[in-house]
Amino acid sequence: MIQLKVNGATRKFEGDPEMPLLWYLRELLELTGTKYGCGMGLCGACTVHVDGKAVRSCQTTMASAAGKSVVTIEALKGQHAVQKAWMACNVPQCGYCQSGQIMQAAALLKEKPKPTDKDIDDAMQGNICRCGTYQRIRKAVKMAAGVRA
Amino acid sequence: MSENTLHVVERRAFLKYTFGAGALILGTHVEAFASGADTAVFHPSVYLGIEPNGTVILIAHRSEMGTGSKSTLPMIMADELEADWKRVKVEQAIGDEKYGSQNTDGSCSIRDFVEIIRTAAASARTMLEQAAAQKWNVPAAECQAKNHFVVHTKSNKKAGFGELATAASNLPMPDKKSLKLKTDSEFRYINKNVPVVDQQDLCEGKGVFGMDAKMPNMLVASIEHSPVYGGTLVSFDAAETKKVAGVRDVVTIERFKPPHNFQPLGGVAVLADTYWAALQGRKKLKVEWNLGPNASYDSDRYRDSLVAAARQPGKIVRTQGNVEAGFASAAKIHEASYSTPLLSHAPMEPPAAVAEFKNGKVVCHAATQNPQAVQETVAGALGIDKKDVTCHVTLLGGGFGRKSKPDYVAEAALLSKKVGRPVKVIWSREDDIRTDFYHSTAGMYVKAGLDAGGKPTSWLHRSVFPSIGTTFDEKAEYAMDLEMGMGWNDLPFDIPNHQAENGPAKNHIRIGWLRAVANVYHAFAIHSFVDELAHLAGKDPVEYALSLIGPGRKIEMNPVGMKYWNHNQDQKTFPVDTARLRNVIDLVAQKSNWANRAKGGNGHGWGFAAHRSFLTYVAVATEVKVEGGRVRIPNMHIAVDAGKTYNEDRVLAQFEGAGVFGTSIAMMSEISVKDGKVQQSNFHNYNVARLPEAPETVHVHLIKSDAPAAGVGEPGVPPIPPSIANAIFAATGKRLRDLPLRKGLRA
Repeated sequence: MIQLKVNGATRKFEGDPEMPLLWYLRELLELTGTKYGCGMGLCGACTVHVDGKAVRSCQTTMASAAGKSVVTIEALKGQHAVQKAWMACNVPQCGYCQSGQIMQAAALLKEKPKPTDKDIDDAMQGNICRCGTYQRIRKAVKMAAGVRA
Repeated sequence: MSENTLHVVERRAFLKYTFGAGALILGTHVEAFASGADTAVFHPSVYLGIEPNGTVILIAHRSEMGTGSKSTLPMIMADELEADWKRVKVEQAIGDEKYGSQNTDGSCSIRDFVEIIRTAAASARTMLEQAAAQKWNVPAAECQAKNHFVVHTKSNKKAGFGELATAASNLPMPDKKSLKLKTDSEFRYINKNVPVVDQQDLCEGKGVFGMDAKMPNMLVASIEHSPVYGGTLVSFDAAETKKVAGVRDVVTIERFKPPHNFQPLGGVAVLADTYWAALQGRKKLKVEWNLGPNASYDSDRYRDSLVAAARQPGKIVRTQGNVEAGFASAAKIHEASYSTPLLSHAPMEPPAAVAEFKNGKVVCHAATQNPQAVQETVAGALGIDKKDVTCHVTLLGGGFGRKSKPDYVAEAALLSKKVGRPVKVIWSREDDIRTDFYHSTAGMYVKAGLDAGGKPTSWLHRSVFPSIGTTFDEKAEYAMDLEMGMGWNDLPFDIPNHQAENGPAKNHIRIGWLRAVANVYHAFAIHSFVDELAHLAGKDPVEYALSLIGPGRKIEMNPVGMKYWNHNQDQKTFPVDTARLRNVIDLVAQKSNWANRAKGGNGHGWGFAAHRSFLTYVAVATEVKVEGGRVRIPNMHIAVDAGKTYNEDRVLAQFEGAGVFGTSIAMMSEISVKDGKVQQSNFHNYNVARLPEAPETVHVHLIKSDAPAAGVGEPGVPPIPPSIANAIFAATGKRLRDLPLRKGLRA
């Protein structure tokens, strides 16, 4: 049996330990804010925080999440500075990738509260947005960090 | 009844039209089909209704895939109605022909519906004012709707919309000619940067996409399709699959009968309690295919054959003057071949839908651009009436044309019928990239006869590509009128001898429309060639393009053997107007400081292209920095005349996004096929622009226009690839004539 914390609540899981955290969150806990986009860790749509770090939940097995604390987009409840900046900049178009973008940006700002352009490039390049909202993402990250655009 | 000319649908007429005569039919169908607007106390149109508590229900009948149309159309209605946006409920329509076309494609949601919905809202507003006038016994002209109330200033009386709804519902529909529409200065929501209705949900992970839709007791399916287009199933062994925990069933779906249209490809479906289990089961499936005649398809060889075919005479699809005589008398000849690859849409949400077949009827929830096509396709697949297919439309995680083709929804419905439970079909990213309806590959040849000053007197452009028409007629070898009228045989250049020819191309894979469609390859060839001619003549590319376009004028297009398509609009209302094209070019030159740009060389340069598509005029100036095989795009300026706009921030967003989408097409995206099998499968080998590869800033410059609303979602894309190719030439002296450019740059 695997025990882990999801958004503060303790959860027990008795299924396939190789099951990716993504499908556990989406299908068993019905936390569908975390998105499937590639299943190979290439697009970032499934980004969540595990023990405070941004990870691709499609590449995180349940076994490796054992004993860890998982935070998903649902736990941010629209109150995070990144979410507020996202809304102020009207970032989303279709919106599908934005949960992952926001979780990635939130982890970046936790690690580097005043990121440079290069920091933003490095942190966000794993998150694909096919609608092409990148320049607003960059602007919103800076707004949330309180650095000049 | 032509739905696009549908104006205000009077209540009784609408009920009769939708449900036929007779209360019985109405009684059995009304619950399944009625929207909140239909059942509201006051519902003068299928698009809006008002409840006695004052709630205004506005129907979004077009799909939301990121353009903002789900918000913009209701916002226009709220504004015209004088409703308070905070008291508006926006409801996504199910598929129903009573709404007119719901095919959210072709950049026409605003253009085709703005007049209809404003008329509907103005009618409702007028009726509320009349109801108030009757209530207070004052002239209607003295009553005015204002922010969810009707007020009579003289007597200081005020009544809410909800209070007036019942009385208004008993009034006759006003004559359309008597309606007074608001003036632009009276707008409160239009162009006021009001956030889209789903914005907060999208930022909190609460938006419901096709991938998130569910039905009680559903199974989840993953489907193995033939790896080669048109292949048929010989046999399969599911013994190991069925041992996987959670797998419930393995069933087949029959292959489509040509033409494929939007029918399912056919295959073997693994149904399980969860998608994860279905994927594990699918890995253990042993399937034998008869791959069929397309197993010899090789996209590189095919592309070469298209380029070679474009060097041969084809069917004339536009002609004026005499190109051969023009070439014979030219001071100089310049010619070049261009090619572009197959492309995959790769929306961030792969195709997904859930459906239940029960008692001869289907209810589904789908990420679809076209719920009416879902009705038709599902009905066709199951042999039922399309009225018995209820399609709820979820949010779409991108569409770009892929989700106009509802094969995946029909798969879910067919599987539900087979297993007797609701079934959710999820395409993996690999399924999506390997079995798409691909953007067509093209071979093009352009030849110009130049005068002593380097200006063309004769222009020949041949284009050869497998057509979207093969979706509906598998034997089609020539282009559809609409593919030719996409920036090719409607090219507005001031050249006396001008000919366009289309050669035949047999098809070997599903071809579909992708954002901006055939404009993409035509614009790449044409505007690259114009840049080549400018450099040959030693002229500035912008000045040279303006000289090719000639003076501002309206040009009537008369292609050979077809009526000019013009995006389904007449040429009087939406003429090909070179004055507007010149305007956007002037604007982009001014805003990008073109005249004082870095002149090019040492890996730094600027490129330009301007193109009319979807009735919109777009000019682009792009700055590139080339470092080895890597291209950075510090700045991209896009000047746009899209006619009248209604949600300026979303218009800007569409062109910002087009800059990125166009960069993917220009630089890195390519689908290749060997032995009939698509070689790419996921984002490691199907490349799309990531944040550091995208333009750092796309500066969008909108021309304020009173011309009728034109397209916004697509027209930004076509000029992007040639502007980048031209910038790379300025920066490096390397002329790249084949997409994606990165390949040539690294060669």
